[in-house]
Amino acid sequence: MSAVADITSLEAQARRWRDDFPLLEQKVHGHDLAYLDSAATTQKPESVISVLGKYYREENANIHRGVYALSQKATHAYEQSRKKVADFIGAKSFKEVVFVRGTTEAINLVAQSFGRVFLKEGDEILVSAMEHHSNIVPWQLVTEQTGAVLRVIPMTENGDLDQDAYAKLLSAKTKLVALCHVSNAIGTVNPIKDMIAQAHAFDVPVLIDGAQGVPHTKIDVQDLDCDFYAFSGHKMYGPTGVGVLYAKEEYLERMSPYQGGGDMILSVTFEKTTYNEIPYKFEAGTPNISGVIGLGAAIDYVSQIGMDRIASYEASLMGLAVEKLRDVDGLRFIGEPKQRAGALSFILEGIHPHDLGTILDMEGVAIRTGHHCAQPVMTFFAIPASARASFGLYNNEADIDALVSGLAKAKEVFKR
Amino acid sequence: MNELQELYQQLILDHNANPRHYGRLAECTHSAEGHNPLCGDQIFLELKIEDSCVSQVAFSGEGCAICKASSSLMTERLAGKSVSECKELFTLFHALATGEEDAAQDSAALGKLVVFSGVREFPMRVKCATLCWHTLMAAFENKNEVAVTE
Ligand SMILES: Cc1ncc(COP(=O)(O)O)c(C=O)c1O
Repeated sequence: MSAVADITSLEAQARRWRDDFPLLEQKVHGHDLAYLDSAATTQKPESVISVLGKYYREENANIHRGVYALSQKATHAYEQSRKKVADFIGAKSFKEVVFVRGTTEAINLVAQSFGRVFLKEGDEILVSAMEHHSNIVPWQLVTEQTGAVLRVIPMTENGDLDQDAYAKLLSAKTKLVALCHVSNAIGTVNPIKDMIAQAHAFDVPVLIDGAQGVPHTKIDVQDLDCDFYAFSGHKMYGPTGVGVLYAKEEYLERMSPYQGGGDMILSVTFEKTTYNEIPYKFEAGTPNISGVIGLGAAIDYVSQIGMDRIASYEASLMGLAVEKLRDVDGLRFIGEPKQRAGALSFILEGIHPHDLGTILDMEGVAIRTGHHCAQPVMTFFAIPASARASFGLYNNEADIDALVSGLAKAKEVFKR
Repeated sequence: MNELQELYQQLILDHNANPRHYGRLAECTHSAEGHNPLCGDQIFLELKIEDSCVSQVAFSGEGCAICKASSSLMTERLAGKSVSECKELFTLFHALATGEEDAAQDSAALGKLVVFSGVREFPMRVKCATLCWHTLMAAFENKNEVAVTE
């Protein structure tokens, strides 16, 4: 098997990466921890953890306001992270990088700030059938406010988007396409570059929910030509509570602010407020300074390994996981997309995913069970819930084996 | 494995595989829907109450083994009981599942339902066992709303 050959050559490498993550050393219920829920949140490398401590020990001050050395130091570190993000995703300028709380806030920001300016009654927003709730509900809110309507790009049985249907849905009425790069529920990698080009042919901007894209593949927003790209720090080895909205300058300039407050203004009188320049116009209030700096450290960490190396290692690991799980009797994959990254979903005949989750936990295997904040996907496959295993750069063949033997254990428990 | 065996006792596995009182009633006086948003468990409970007693009961829906077995064992237990007896059982069962009180002393009143004492070791699963009971309480109220375990 070629997947197996690839993986042994990379396995030693990965073992070293795993050592960077102190949490993974722990035992759970007496077993080595097999953490297979990175799509929910990744573990953090020592370098990120120590940067957070260092910030509070040595650099803590509010940013963009003090003239004293400490504030300058904090401001510098914060803005350095913005530059790192811009380089990391290939943005034209740091001005296109807005720091937010996470993917959810990034999408809400676009829905509101773009929606207020660009949407009116009868306009259409396209989302896909495999979106996370955070790329559905913000659009529903904005349709209630503007009278625009939400339309859904359907999915095929194997969990790919129906490209013919997509082409037919695009029209002069379409004002925005909002689409995930990689599905968190089934792991589908969507052909976003192509889908963006199709939308642009109708002058329609595209928002990519990159929460599950950024951790697994090299992103070049200029090459993709997406208009918005949203992602979360905590799913790419950074801290929780920080994320990024990338947006093309032309849109940020024309969009209205999301929240009002300090930092997002140039001058305020009771008659008139002049907003700050982009990206600061969208960053009201004291931001998550330590989080932003921690995200910078996470970018340093993955960049030092190299996103391409991470992607190729994870692809081999995914190949191996699919191979080994396919051999498990009674296991059915939920979605078998053409290209998959990060996550795979399955159900085991006769055992509810929730029971599976509990039994696997007792074996030290952490997977996610439930609807994965993507209820329409569960409805589509006519299941109440699924089990999902998802990977990070620290996972290895032993984790997959632990999952497979955990499944055998579950069958044993249920067969008594 | 001991805690797992404690949780997934034979009786629970049996009621999961062959749930009793599963289906819909032709006629009912009280009903409610229960939903556990965390894991997607969803059950419908229908009751026929005559002279303040549960004369018929049925449940349907989808859920994990704990949820299904709990519903099955509950329905088995309710038939013929008065509404106030059912409410007392709810209180006892709740205490048993959450481990709030030493339920051992009430084990006689709970009967077979004590098989659920294992769930207290699994805090994330307590709601799976109690969902049907919360739904029962909602059905007694005949509130037309979805009972949740939150
Ligand atoms: C595809 C996708 N979009 C959006 C989100 C929301 O991310 P966050 O909770 O970090 O805002 C997630 C996280 O689960 C996700 O997987």
